[in-house]
Parts: sequence; C-alpha cells; structure tokens
Amino acid sequence: MLKIKNISTFYGKIQALRNVSIHIQAGEVVSLIGANGAGKTTLLNTISGLLTPASGEISFDDQSLKGLAPDQIVKLGISQVPEGRQIFFHHTVLENLELGAYLRMQRKNRDEIDQDLARIYRLFPVLAERKKQLAGTLSGGEQQMLAIGRALMAKPKLLLLDEPSMGLAPKLVREIFETIFRLRKEGTTILLVEQNAGAALAISDRAYVLETGRLVLSGDARELMNDPEVRRAYLGKDYGEVWD
Amino acid sequence: MPKPPFPCLEAGVGWHNQLIQYLVTGITTGAIYALVALGFTIIYNATEIINFAQGEFVMLGGMIAVTMLAGLGLPLWLAVILAIAATMLIGLAFERLAIRPVRKASVMNLIIITIGGSILLKGAAMLIWGKDDHPLSAFTPAPPLHVFSAVVTTQSLWVMAGTVLAVILLHVFYERTITGKALRACAFNPKAARLCGISVERMILFSFGLSATLGAFAGVLIAPITFTSYDVGTMLGLKGFCAAILGGLGSNPGAILGGLVIGVAESLSSGYVSSGYKDAVAFLILLLMLYFRPAGILGKRAEKV
Repeated sequence: MLKIKNISTFYGKIQALRNVSIHIQAGEVVSLIGANGAGKTTLLNTISGLLTPASGEISFDDQSLKGLAPDQIVKLGISQVPEGRQIFFHHTVLENLELGAYLRMQRKNRDEIDQDLARIYRLFPVLAERKKQLAGTLSGGEQQMLAIGRALMAKPKLLLLDEPSMGLAPKLVREIFETIFRLRKEGTTILLVEQNAGAALAISDRAYVLETGRLVLSGDARELMNDPEVRRAYLGKDYGEVWD
Repeated sequence: MPKPPFPCLEAGVGWHNQLIQYLVTGITTGAIYALVALGFTIIYNATEIINFAQGEFVMLGGMIAVTMLAGLGLPLWLAVILAIAATMLIGLAFERLAIRPVRKASVMNLIIITIGGSILLKGAAMLIWGKDDHPLSAFTPAPPLHVFSAVVTTQSLWVMAGTVLAVILLHVFYERTITGKALRACAFNPKAARLCGISVERMILFSFGLSATLGAFAGVLIAPITFTSYDVGTMLGLKGFCAAILGGLGSNPGAILGGLVIGVAESLSSGYVSSGYKDAVAFLILLLMLYFRPAGILGKRAEKV
C-alpha cells in the first residue's frame, strides 16, 4: 500500500532522515519506534507532504506522492493525527470533526458525513456529549480522541498516528490503545509512532526501529519484543534483566 | 476675518449642540476605517502579512465605480457591483502575481512587496484617471435628515447600514460556512489545517479576494461623501492600519472598534480643536496605544514563552 524507498529529508542543513525505506501493506498495523530526535515525526511529515524529501521515492497504492501538496495527499487517503494533537481550540468539537471531512463537505454528502459522525461518536461517546463545546475546553485525553476522530473523518485508507499516548494519564493511555486496537479490528491500516514501545509493539504486526535518522532494525512485532537490544533500549529493561 | 482657533467658543454655539453632529460624522468615517481595518485583519490572519495595498483596494472600488457610472453610463447599482467585482479580481491577481511566486520569502519581505504593489496600483490609477478628484453620486438623492441638532446625509446612513451588513455577513461566513471555518482553522494552526486537507494556498488566495471585496465596498460607500481620486487609498489605508492595530491586530471585533474610535476621535478633534490636526490624531492614538498596551484593545497579550 505505502512504499517508501531510500528517502532522505533535511531541516535546513541538518539531515533528519538517511536513506529510510519502509513499506506497509493494507490492513497492517506497523509501529515506528525510536528515541526522541530519531526522525519518527520527520518521517510522518514527509509522508504527509509537509516536508519534501531531498531524495528517494514515496508511493501510495502505486501512485507517486512526489510533488503533491498535503491536501492532495489527504485526498488520496492518508490522514495524520499530529503530535501534540493540534486540534482547533476555538472551534467546537463538531466543527473540528467537520473540518476533518473538509474535502467532502458538500451538501450532497451530508448523509454520508452524518453516518461518519455517528461512527466517531460510537468510538468516542464523550465527543458526542461535548459536540457543542469549544475544543480548547476538553481534557488532554478528550483532545486526543478528537484528534483521532478528526483524522478518521477524512475516511483515510492509511492512518498515521504520532505519539497518541503522549502526556496522558495511564488510564487514558490504555483507552487510546484500546481504540487503536478496535480500529485495527475494523481493518484500518495504521502507521503508529510511539515512545511507549511496549504498548505499541503489543498491538502491531510489524515494527521499524529508527535511530538518529537511520533504520536500524525491522521485523515482526513479537520478535522485536523479545530482541535483547530492543528490550534494553526501548522497553526499559536493564542488562541484568535481559540477560538473566 | 480670521477663523477663531476654537470653533466651539464662537458666540451662540454651545459645545454640546455640536456634539451629536461630530459623533455622526465620526461614526461615518469610523465605519469606513473599520471596513479597511477588517481587510487588514483578514489577510493578516491567513498569512501574517500586513497588506499595505489595502488602501488601494478602497481607491479602486471608488474609481472604478465612477468610471462605470460617468464613463459608461451604467446605472449606479450596477456600477457599484461591477466595481466591487473588478476590485476582487484585482485582489486575486495581486496574490497570484505578487505574493504566491515568493511565498517562501519572509513575512517582512512580503510586506515590502505589498508596499510595492500599493505604489504600482496608485501609479496605474494616476495614469488612467489623472490627478483630479472625481465625484460619485449619492446612492439615494434624498435631502439630509435632521436628528436632534445634527444633519445626517442619507449617504451617511448608507455607510453605517452597509458596514453593519458587511460585519454581519462576515460573521455568518466565519461562523457558519465550512470555508469560513477552514479559514479560521488556517489562521489558528496552518499545519493542522493542511493535515485536514485544507489547501492553505487556496485560503490565502481567497482571503486576498475577500479583503479586496471589502475594501472596494468601503470605497464605493465613502466616494459620494469625500470624492475620490487616485491617492485616497494612502491615507485611508494608513487609518485602517491604525484602527487594526488599535483594536488588536488579528481581531475582527477589535478592527471594528478601532475604526470607530479613530473616526470619532478625529471628528471630535477637528470640531473642538482644529481640523488641521485631524490626520495626526489617528497616529497619536496609535503611538499612545503602542506605548501603553501594544497588544491593542481586544488583542491578546503576547504570551510569555
């Protein structure tokens, strides 16, 4: 579905990605793990067209994304839930969701959009309760749900999730991961970026490990979970625990 | 006999008798400043650019209406609509030809480009229409009304009603339509707006068109009162800019409030002090405001990082 071949991306003169290649098949949940500054967000932003790769190719459903603007990439079916949620504080919850469906907000699609809204409200009942409220008044967890709901309103074939558990209380983190698990069961293809590597690997099919802009490991999520290096570096086990 | 420096001290004229008259005049010009200031706000919110060509849109609205009416003999209502439409197209072309090709440039460079655009538009207007003042006939040729002790021309009423209408339409547009909501989303967080599939480039183009439309509307409303000429845009643009800053750059209610405050302050000072200082008042208020409350009346204070 998504194929990324040898991309390199720069911020000014700093190279944030070095020859990264990944692929995602339809229906898969793939996670991207790595420390702060490893280039995970850069990779997502390159896919979304917010950043332009200096070299390499990205194709989605066999169509090249080269030179496409972010809105055209959304139209092709790739939506991103950005890091830090980035919802529109001064719009209501409902308006945020409608803006997620911006590309098909025409009167003739109203029924379809209402059905999609109902689906989001089933997924996150709290959003239905608060639909008239300004998004800025939501709690952190609710904002994250809104950010996911907004991205789903674009009806993406591929959902990019950037640190959905960041800054949330453990109970909410669990709720968010349960939601991702539910989306997975519904057949949504997901690329998940997470600091919380344990939880991410637990719900993923495969994973890639990025380190300072380079891909250092990749493979089946369950195998990676048992990889001693991954356990030490990303799952918080020290050498003693891993090797005993 | 030389005019006394303080007209209000003339025998028989109490200061309060004139007050209503000055307020009516002030609110009329203030309404125009408010429309110009809203034009600044719309483009600023979409791009962070302060568009110094905003005053030229006002000038173009008035001048094109004059040409349509007097030159081509069209009826007034049609001349007004065509003038606004033509100015909107000029606004769109301005964004396409002058702003978009250098979109990656810094905001400061883009602001300087708008100053260049303003000089170009003014120069072109001078070549086309010459340096004369042109009159535009009042929308309704009825005699002025007397309200308390004040004389109110019907055109003043048109200005006030037109401004109220524009403000209401703009509000409905921003709050009720998906394009308006998307425009607000772009102003709040362009990156998130892009990720929703909103083309920020198209929104910027749109805001230049909207802003030019509003400017032209102000231009045709005020032309019957003050006459119009190739260079009216400079002062109106600067006053509108003062109004936008005074009210808090980026705030729509602030722009309206700022316009009215400057209009009324000008009118009062030219009535009670001297009309010679009229233009200085707006800038004096702006300087005081920048010194004591740089964020403007309704602007948010700069957040501390």
